[in-house]
Amino acid sequence: MSCPPEPPDRAAGPIIDPDVDLHDPAQRGPALPAVLAAIAAGGILGAEARYGLSRALPHRPDSFAWSTLLINLTGCLLIGVLMATLLQLPRPHSLARPFLGTGILGGYTTYSTFALDALQLVRAHRPGPAAGYLVATVLGCAVAVWLAATLTERAWQARRVPAESA
Amino acid sequence: MTWLLVALGAGLGAPARYLLDRAIQTWHRTQFPWGTVAVNVLAALVLGLLTGAAGAVEANLALLAGAGFCGALSTYSTFSYETLRLAGVGDRWQAVGNVLLTLGAGLGAGALGWWLALTLR
Repeated sequence: MSCPPEPPDRAAGPIIDPDVDLHDPAQRGPALPAVLAAIAAGGILGAEARYGLSRALPHRPDSFAWSTLLINLTGCLLIGVLMATLLQLPRPHSLARPFLGTGILGGYTTYSTFALDALQLVRAHRPGPAAGYLVATVLGCAVAVWLAATLTERAWQARRVPAESA
Repeated sequence: MTWLLVALGAGLGAPARYLLDRAIQTWHRTQFPWGTVAVNVLAALVLGLLTGAAGAVEANLALLAGAGFCGALSTYSTFSYETLRLAGVGDRWQAVGNVLLTLGAGLGAGALGWWLALTLR
């Protein structure tokens, strides 16, 4: 699958999508084999971690999916740390974000299992836990990203201030 | 053996997310993360089909396609990060829209896939 060439008129803008964002001129051009390989390798590692956790904390289809919630919360903490760190580094390795973010964290966290966990609870006539699961995941993950990104940014700034005043 | 099946599915699913997301971004000029919405909705549809077809689909194939491919094709961390970024750059309504669209379309696609598989089997 090859992507059509990127027309030159796209304005550079803020990066919203950590997987791939063509508002970043550096991410345009053909999809490089090294980037795809890094994403595949990271994706496998992340998926195995998720699979391992889901087997360690099994749940019945009609019960609350603590393992998926834990996976998505920790994955959101880590993407906050990762993106805040990459933004602070002057020249991060070109494969760091594809391997760690798109690959490992993308493979580790899951939206499809989250959606089906909620639907399983609805089908088991447990609308309360289903709603609780949706709210806990959406709000918990938003707080996790925000908290991790804010604290990481502060840590980098605290590290930089003494260096700059020296 | 089961670990290998998950690896095989994830090795395909994660690059598929990247390529599909990229392809969708070349079709529009906005900063709204349509690509991520699309991969998550697609993965929920496929996992819904697999859930509805449970028992009829070979267990190894279900693991490869479900925990492996769908799990890696979909992403929660990217969705959540994007929502915060949209709010952070001042597009609060796009952030709210991203959550409502991802939840509505994702749950709808999962339910549709499940229902289709139950109906067709």
